[in-house]
Amino acid sequence: MSMLEKISFAACVAVALSTSAMADDKNGLGTNVGLGQPITESDIKPWDITILPDGTNLPPGSGTAVVGAKLFLEKGCNACHGEGGTGGSNGAVITDIPLAGRGIEATKTIKNFWGSSTTVFDFIRRAMPWPAPRTLTDDEVYALTAFILEGNKLIPPGTVMDAKSLPQVKMPNKDGFIIKFPDRI
Amino acid sequence: MTKKNDITALDEVAGNGLLSRRLLLRGGVAMAGAASTLVATQGASAEPLKEPEWSRYQGTTVEPMGRRSKNEKDTTRILTNPKGEPRTQHARTPHHLLNGQITPNHLHFTILHNGIPDIDPEQHKLVIHGMVKQPIVLSMDRLMRYPMVTRQTFIECGGNSAALFSNEPVQANLQSLHGLVSNAEWTGVPLSAVLDEVGIDPKAKWMLVEGADTAAITRSVPLKKALDDAILVLFQNGERLMAEQGYPVRLLLPGWEGNMNIKYVRRIKIVDQPALTYYEARNYSPLLPDAKAYRFFFVNEVKSFITHPSFGMKLNEPGYYEISGIAYSGAGRIERVQVTADGGKTWADAAVQGPTMHKAFTRFHIPWRWDGKPAVLSSRAVDDGGNIQPLRDDFVRERGVTQKPVTNPFGFPNQHYNSLTSWGINAKGEISHVYA
Ligand code: HEC
Repeated sequence: MSMLEKISFAACVAVALSTSAMADDKNGLGTNVGLGQPITESDIKPWDITILPDGTNLPPGSGTAVVGAKLFLEKGCNACHGEGGTGGSNGAVITDIPLAGRGIEATKTIKNFWGSSTTVFDFIRRAMPWPAPRTLTDDEVYALTAFILEGNKLIPPGTVMDAKSLPQVKMPNKDGFIIKFPDRI
Repeated sequence: MTKKNDITALDEVAGNGLLSRRLLLRGGVAMAGAASTLVATQGASAEPLKEPEWSRYQGTTVEPMGRRSKNEKDTTRILTNPKGEPRTQHARTPHHLLNGQITPNHLHFTILHNGIPDIDPEQHKLVIHGMVKQPIVLSMDRLMRYPMVTRQTFIECGGNSAALFSNEPVQANLQSLHGLVSNAEWTGVPLSAVLDEVGIDPKAKWMLVEGADTAAITRSVPLKKALDDAILVLFQNGERLMAEQGYPVRLLLPGWEGNMNIKYVRRIKIVDQPALTYYEARNYSPLLPDAKAYRFFFVNEVKSFITHPSFGMKLNEPGYYEISGIAYSGAGRIERVQVTADGGKTWADAAVQGPTMHKAFTRFHIPWRWDGKPAVLSSRAVDDGGNIQPLRDDFVRERGVTQKPVTNPFGFPNQHYNSLTSWGINAKGEISHVYA
């Protein structure tokens, strides 16, 4: 066997094995191709932006609705989400539309539908403002999150949002979901 | 010899003129008697033949990139946001103008949430980290050296066909109604081979996959699927991925809703819980009539629709036609497709184009003699897991319909529609959308 054939043979074995072997971690069998370059979690940090519902990976920092209200104007959020976040071409982020009684075409809102408050922080930091995403500081994202949650009456006025308080916000529709195919998870 | 009406002598296998699929099989047409009458001619004799103009001179010069005939310039996708306004952009595949099973690359459907990023493959990186022994980063150069696999599979947006949640039929063509699904041959590196290398913590259950697009689209994917048949795709129908399909690398989760097939993949984080990212927490959690919602729907369930004939086409005269369409299942291989011409009173088995492939388009055909009277055509697919495409009434009972008729065929009143599509044909041969 040439070197190349050996490599691709080993690789095929790796593929064949991987499905069954993965669960109990057979890394180290020497069956993998091994072309990945090692990197440390701290070097990945700038890209590691996803927040889990239990608050895992929420950054340090904090913010309140008063600051958030100002930012909502300054950062141009109102251009697409209406004055005070209550409408606009890309939809209200603060609204009282109910979910029930409107059938399947009910409007899903942060207040009536979203199952986790962490999604608000994650999505604003990741994707907003739409024309310049990932330009907000973490404090700014906490403040905008506080503004939206407070406007939706999901937190009492003046509540500071930070890594500890945000995951504790009770979302009204948290238990409104049915897992469609539990066996696939 | 053969006369126009001889075709009526053929065996009808279901109401309103559906004929045996065996007529399409090799050898079937050569069957003596009735079958050979399919060679019958219709109408007046043809004109004498002449040398056409285009055969007399040297044609145009061949170019590096092939070009299709200018006569096919209208075979294009329908766009929902051609000016790139700050919102999602959709492009729908014209299935009524295509045939076969593969969607050409430039006609593959796509949805972009914040435009198409212009990524330099030499600088693009894919990082894998989280609950692993050794986080790694891969250049595209390195990724290209892994062993690759090739498979055909469809990708379908979870919102494809959503207009059919309408309580009233929707008068729009096939492309508008079902254009958010396409089928291609994808080549790339099995994700399991790459994950093998990082050493996954046995307590991990999910991976978070994220793109390098402006919207940094991200979804939570069960590791079960990741290790089953997920592929890091580099090639689409033999050429490098289209920019709008995730160049230089996208995730392929065969049979699972389009949005999860993250384009421009730059990061995979191994975790023990789903993140409830925006799109899974909101858009792709389909509402049920009682205001509950399904979460983690993922699978595009068994489905089919007739492409020929379909809305907007016209049958110009009674006589022989072929009914043809597309069937697919995100849970397996298409085993059987049935067609009705009488709105579901009687069904006949269509010929299924083989070899059939898992989670890929399967074309079906059935010969039909239209007698010039009103007819209702529809198809119904079954996969090898025994999953049956639900009838409209059964589907609506579980999943609901809108309270008001849907007027915008591009809207998304709900997600994951896989019930029937019925085409009503009137005595003039005009085709509309109906519920049967
Ligand atoms: C140029 C228009 C634009 C601007 C400016 C903008 N957004 Fe958005 N926003 C959008 C669009 C478009 C969506 C929907 C994204 C999608 O569906 O993929 C959205 C969605 C959202 C959502 C989710 C709402 C829901 O109920 O689904 C939140 C929260 C949000 N934006 C917050 C903000 C904040 C905070 C700012 C300012 C920092 C901002 N947006 C600025 C266009 C904009």
